[in-house]
Formats: sequence, structure tokens, C-alpha cells
Amino acid sequence: MSQSNKLDAKIPSGPIQEKWDKHKFDSKLINPANKRKFTVIVVGTGLAGGSAAASLAELGYNVLSFCIQDSPRRAHSIAAQGGINAAKNYPNDGDSVWRLFYDTVKGGDYRSREANVYRLAQVSNNIIDQCVSQGVPFAREYGGYLSNRSFGGAQVSRTFYARGQTGQQLLLGAYSSMMKEVNKGNIKVYTRREMVDLVLIDGKARGIVSRNVVTGEMETYVADAVILGTGGYGNAYYLSTNAMASNCSASWRAYKKGAFFANPCFTQIHPTCIPVSGDHQSKLTLMSESLRNDGRVWVPKNKGDKRPPNEIPESERDYYLERIYPSFGNLVPRDVASRNAKFQCDDGKGVGDTGLSVYLDFGDAIKRDGENTIRAKYGNLFEMYERITDDNPYKLPMRIFPAVHYTMGGLWVDYNLMSSIPGLFVLGEANFSDHGANRLGASALMQGLADGYFIIPYTLGQYLAGTKLEKLDTNHDGFKSSLDDSSKHIKKILDVNGSKTADYFHKKLGKAMWDNVGMSRSTESLNKAIEEIPKIRKEFWNDVKIPGDSNQINLELEKAGRVADFLELGELMARDALERKESCGGHFREESQTEENEALRDDDNFCHVAAWEHEGENKVPTRHKEELVFENVKLTQRSYK
Amino acid sequence: MGDQSKLMSLNLKIWRQPNSGSQGEMIDYKLDGISPDMSFLEMLDVLNEELVQEGKDSIAYDHDCREGICGMCSLMINGQAHGPEASTTTCQLHMRKFKDGDTIVIEPWRAKAFPVLKDLMVDRGSFDAIISAGGYVNCNTGNAPDGNAIPIPKESADLAMDAAACIGCGACVASCKNASAMLFVSAKISQLALLPQGKPEAQKRAESMVTKMDELGFGNCTNEAECEASCPKGIKIENIARMNREYLSSALKSK
Repeated sequence: MSQSNKLDAKIPSGPIQEKWDKHKFDSKLINPANKRKFTVIVVGTGLAGGSAAASLAELGYNVLSFCIQDSPRRAHSIAAQGGINAAKNYPNDGDSVWRLFYDTVKGGDYRSREANVYRLAQVSNNIIDQCVSQGVPFAREYGGYLSNRSFGGAQVSRTFYARGQTGQQLLLGAYSSMMKEVNKGNIKVYTRREMVDLVLIDGKARGIVSRNVVTGEMETYVADAVILGTGGYGNAYYLSTNAMASNCSASWRAYKKGAFFANPCFTQIHPTCIPVSGDHQSKLTLMSESLRNDGRVWVPKNKGDKRPPNEIPESERDYYLERIYPSFGNLVPRDVASRNAKFQCDDGKGVGDTGLSVYLDFGDAIKRDGENTIRAKYGNLFEMYERITDDNPYKLPMRIFPAVHYTMGGLWVDYNLMSSIPGLFVLGEANFSDHGANRLGASALMQGLADGYFIIPYTLGQYLAGTKLEKLDTNHDGFKSSLDDSSKHIKKILDVNGSKTADYFHKKLGKAMWDNVGMSRSTESLNKAIEEIPKIRKEFWNDVKIPGDSNQINLELEKAGRVADFLELGELMARDALERKESCGGHFREESQTEENEALRDDDNFCHVAAWEHEGENKVPTRHKEELVFENVKLTQRSYK
Repeated sequence: MGDQSKLMSLNLKIWRQPNSGSQGEMIDYKLDGISPDMSFLEMLDVLNEELVQEGKDSIAYDHDCREGICGMCSLMINGQAHGPEASTTTCQLHMRKFKDGDTIVIEPWRAKAFPVLKDLMVDRGSFDAIISAGGYVNCNTGNAPDGNAIPIPKESADLAMDAAACIGCGACVASCKNASAMLFVSAKISQLALLPQGKPEAQKRAESMVTKMDELGFGNCTNEAECEASCPKGIKIENIARMNREYLSSALKSK
């Protein structure tokens, strides 16, 4: 496998504190009157896409916004519960931009790009200000000032929150800003659209092909730049905390058109999810990590102890996170918490009918603070838990188990958030840049909004001001051939006319991924995945069944199109995991661990981003390296003990 | 999991309509092997898998997050928006709320302003149109002062959050005999009226959102409070009183 050096991250020179300011000053500007001459396509309306569409429209660009749901307000950012980080230091507990930067780089196990993360920490405070001004009802103290809480991976309280619905409130803030611009005619929203191809002309991203999922019409749109804010690809595992429609298709089509895919194996398995209840399970539900502030994680000390939790005395409980990690306790980062839950269950100490869960116990917190205080903090989460499991967490400990939640990998972008295709920008979870091998809690919201509100407005201008773009319309051959290819792809799926549903293949892929490319990976398991996935793919193309045609609402066709892409991406995830012969963050290679079962990095050989280049159908892609240079943070073995 | 004795058989009566231009009808389906631990939508998934296996068109319904927060799912279940469990969206409703042998009637939201697209799926674009008429603060990115510059009493922030919890699902409209959108509109107007950030535009906001709502064919409020009863997020009709106050004051001041 070739390892060339083809990637220029375009990190500005100078001290890290000055890079972004210097870069903004050095960037070319577009005169306000000229901005309206540029059209920008934004795909996705989550925190990243929504905030980008709103901010760019405010600047005067003509924005076309696309989403798969019936309204931009429904993007899956809405489901984020716990909060959003910022380096305000309101609690006076020693936080700073530098500390947020440091914690994020360390939390990511030193596999993110320093300059990007520093910028993220710098703009974090502006995000809070902006959201407050939009009317986001953040939690407040009695004095009227903003309230903060702690989150995993940090020893300061820097998380701002709106009950357990922070993502919803931030998204509705971005959505309302979008709607304001819709009213002014600066944004045109296309709902119930699925992007099916990226159109390149003269090597630059100049538009998209989309399918109107109500009428089935295939449509083409021209722009001067295309921005993807299309989220992550956790649904490759079938069961995840992602929404049902969350998919990789937009990113995958861009990959096939030449955008490099970076670190696809970096997947976050979230420690506090409601366990699987049966084969019918269609998705998994996350319980905010903020619960670990007051909940204590434990399993019975004795293997196979089937007594109800209330009958197990203190002396026979193992609060294993507090025992192993005395300084962070229940607040260790997500990857560490998840892996330890898996170890306990592998060791036969798991609880519940399936033995695949651990307790998260609020008994002590309720004794200490009273039920009302706990209800005020987590009421809606407790209700949700009870609705799904029929157990009352005020009386019995919750049962939790890790589930696929977030993907740190994504399309490779440079410091300007531009992919390896000129004119194609990628924001939020869809890109790879800020979280390294593990994302800290309350940082996804921060990154999505940083990218959309405060970074792309500058870097897009720099690109458009410095690039010669010819006037185009959709009659251009490039649009016609993309449209033709997309229509053929859809017809090919319909023509299989086999005997199994799209979900059958999705579940089969999901199982292969969870078993072999899940919380713990080995050469053997990864090779197995690389062998198995192409077989499932082949079976799909011989035997998938889609009733109906493509000229109407056809949910099976939509699902099948997404599964076809996941069946290709899954293999790339396994390949990437196999090549990265070290453990780091959420990527745990059994061959590379310390004596205490902690992830053991190999900085000599793997202190780089792996970015994969598509080489054609059924060909092995090329792995490129972007070396990561750490000038400000010293690489150490992460320790939360 | 796997306890066969608990599995249920159900008789379903489901609205089928090929597209917005055609007539619909109720169709009967019999479904076996439903676990009480399934969500209502997982039960429909099972039915759809069976239909697809038989080469039949699957039933179209809206859903996405399945965590009760995106507002995408809908459904009138036995005449109740989001079904029988209070403060619960359809995606969070579980089959343990039903009994073996039950007949369940499943229909789309019915309102003039929410035309049916297919089967159980409706077009709620009118809600976006109402928000774009004024459901925001005109604060461009970069304008904001420090987040703590304006202290907001905890009580106001909490009340604003109560109103802001609306997920825009449309249950309030579907359950109102007048298909009024007042609960939805008042939730947004209240959220912003309760916060100092929303004050400068409060008058104009109430007037333009209410005007837009009327234009789009939503009915009037006759104080039945069905909206409050069906709201999965517990949005209170006090918000409608607050909206009326805002609207009245806007009407008085504009003259």
C-alpha cells in the first residue's frame, strides 16, 4: 500500500495563538455588493450546515440549503442532550482557551491537528454569546447568570446547557437564523431532498445532483462552492444513536469524486446508552453523559450475581471506574468508560437479562441532594429511560451499555475546512479535523457551530476571492453526465428485484461491523471484516428487493441507496483500522495495549492522519499520510488515574 | 427479550393513500409476534418488512430520531395524536401500552394546512413558513455581546425553556377540531417574549406570525385545550394567553 505525501493542511505560520487572527487578516475579501453574485450550496441543516447557511446568507451570499427531513429544524443535532463547551471560565475554576485546547487534544489521544483545535477553543466563547443573543434559553443561576456543569474528560465546569435538550435549543437557534434569511430571500430551502452526487467541473465542486424524495425527480443545482454538513456515518453499524435517516451518502459520493476520506476507523462508542432489548431494535437511545456527574457506575463483584441491584450490598459492588481511575472516577472520557464496561461484561459481570449492561446508580445522589434536585437536573432523561425500559430510575439503578454514537473520522479538510476537491468544504461531524481519535462530551455542538458561524464565513470568502470560476448552468455536460450516472445507479438498485429487504442487508453489515470493527479490534477480526463485507455487498446487488418505482415516495429505495454506500464505507473503515496498528482513543487494537489494558499509542509510526483516496470501483484505495506536528502539547500516555 | 408468551397479535386499520392527488382508504392488516418491548414504529417496521417481502408497497410514515425530539414522527393512533400515553411522541410509545388482540386505527394528521403526501406522511411546510414570518431574533452572527452581559432571571429563563421545548410535530393542530396552530405559534412567541433578547421585535413578531398563521389556513382557537392534552412536550395553553396579550398590545400600538 503506497503512503505518499500529498496533503497540504495549509496551517498558517506563527505562534498558535496568532494563527487564526493572522489568517483572517491575510485572507482576501469579497466586497459586500459582490457577495450576492456568488451562489453557495449547503447540504445538511444540522448545527454545522444550519449555522453556515445562516451566516453566509447574512453576509450576502445567495444560499441554497438542502435537507433530507421535512424541515431544517429536524436535523439530528437536535438529539444532543448534555451541553456545549466553551472556555468562558465563568465558574472561576481555572479554565482558559489554552486549557480547552489542551483537554481536547489530549482527549482526542493526540490524533487531531493542533492549529484547528486551538482555533476551535478560541471561537468557543463567541458561540455562547451568539446563541444567547438568538434567544437560546440556556440554564441560569438565581442571579440570572449562565450556569455550567462538568463533563467527561475535563476537571473544570465549562459546559453550558439547556436542560437535557441543548442540541435542540442550539439547533432551533441556528434554524431560526436560517428562517430569518429565508424571509429576506437570501436562503432558498429544499426539503425532502437527498444529495446523490457532487458535480465537478474543471476539477472544482460546482454543484450537486439531488433526488426529490416526494416526486422522485432528479434535480441539478449549480453553485460556486458546495458545503457539506451532512453528519457522521455511525449508521454503518446499523444500530447506533444516530437518526434513522443519518447516512454517509453525500460524503461517500464526494469521496468517489476525489475527496479524501480521513481516519474512517475512528468511531466513538458512547458509554451511557439504553441496552438492546431484542432483535426488533431499530436504533439505540443515548442517555446524556452528564448523568455521570451524579450517577455511579458499578457491577456486582461476583460473576453471574443475578440478585436485583437493591439486594446487592455495598461491599459486593465494584464501582470499577472510581476504583481504577481515582482522579477522574466516573468522569473519564467516553472511550475509556465504554471499554471498561465491555471488559466487565466480557468478564461475566454484566447485568440484566442479556448480561450486556452495567449499572448507573443515582441512589447516593438522591440521598445527598434529594429527589427533586435530581429531577430538576435530569428529569426528562429519567422519564425517557422509564418510557423505554419500564423501569423507574429513581428507585432502581439504570442499566446502560455502550453504543455507536459519533464518528471522528470524515472527509479530510485543510485548515480552511476545504476538502481535497477545490470548492468542496466540509463542516461538523462530516469532516475529520478536531476530535482526533476520541471526542470529548459537549464538543460536537461546539465544533459544528464553530465551523458554521465563525470559520466558513472567512475561509469561503478567501476561496471565492482567489478563484476564477466560469459562469455555468445545468446544461453543462458535467451536470448532464452526473445526472445520468445517478439515474442509472437508482435504476440498477430497482432492477435487482431480488428477495431480501434493504434492512436485512443493513443488519447483516451492522453485525459484521460491531463484531469485527467495534470496541475492540484485532488483525484477525479486521481481516474477517474485509473478507465478509464484500460478500454482503455482492449479495445485496444480487438479491435486494424494492417494491414500487422511483417516481414517488419510496422509502425502501431510499434505504437501499444508503445501505449500498454503507456497504462500501464499512470495508474502508475496516481497512483503515487494520492499517493503524496502534491503539488510540476509540480505536482499540488488541495487539497494542498497556499492561493495564489502556490504549497504547505508537507515536513513532502513527502520529499521522490517514487519508484515503478512491482509486475506482472494487480497487484498493490509496492511503495518504498527513503527519501531525505537535509544537504546543507534549505527547504523553493519556492518564485519567 | 424472547419471551414468546408475551408476544401480541394485532388488528391494524391503516390509512393508505398513494399520493396527495389521489383518494385514500383504510386498509386492514393482521400482525403477529409483536413484543411489548417494541416501540410503536418498530411494530410498523415489522409490518413493512412483511409487506416488502410480499412485493407490496411499504407504508409511508415520517420518523427520524426515534428519541422523541426531532418532531418528525406523527400519527393519529385510535384518534389520539401520538397515541394513548401522555407526554410521549409516537416513536417513544411502546407496545406494552397495548393488549394482545387489540385493534389499532392509524391515520395521518388531518388539517387543511398539512396536506397528505402519501399514506401517513403529511407536509408541515406551513410551520416553517410561520417561523420565517418572525420566529427569531434579528441578530446576525458576530453582533452578540458577552453571554453574561444581560442577566436573565432564572424564572424567566425556565419559562422560556418550557415554551422552547416545542418540537414542531403538529400534534396540536391535528388534535384541534379547528386545526388551529395557536399552541405552536404561541410557544415561539412566548419563548422570545419572555427573554430580553426578544423584546425589541416583540410587537412585530406577534403580528406577523399570527397573520401568516391565518393566511396558511389554520383555524381559530376556541379554548378546548385539546392541543395541550396531546402535546408530547407539555407545552401549556398559558402560552396562547401570552400570545394574545402580545398580539393585542401589538395591534394597539400599531394604530
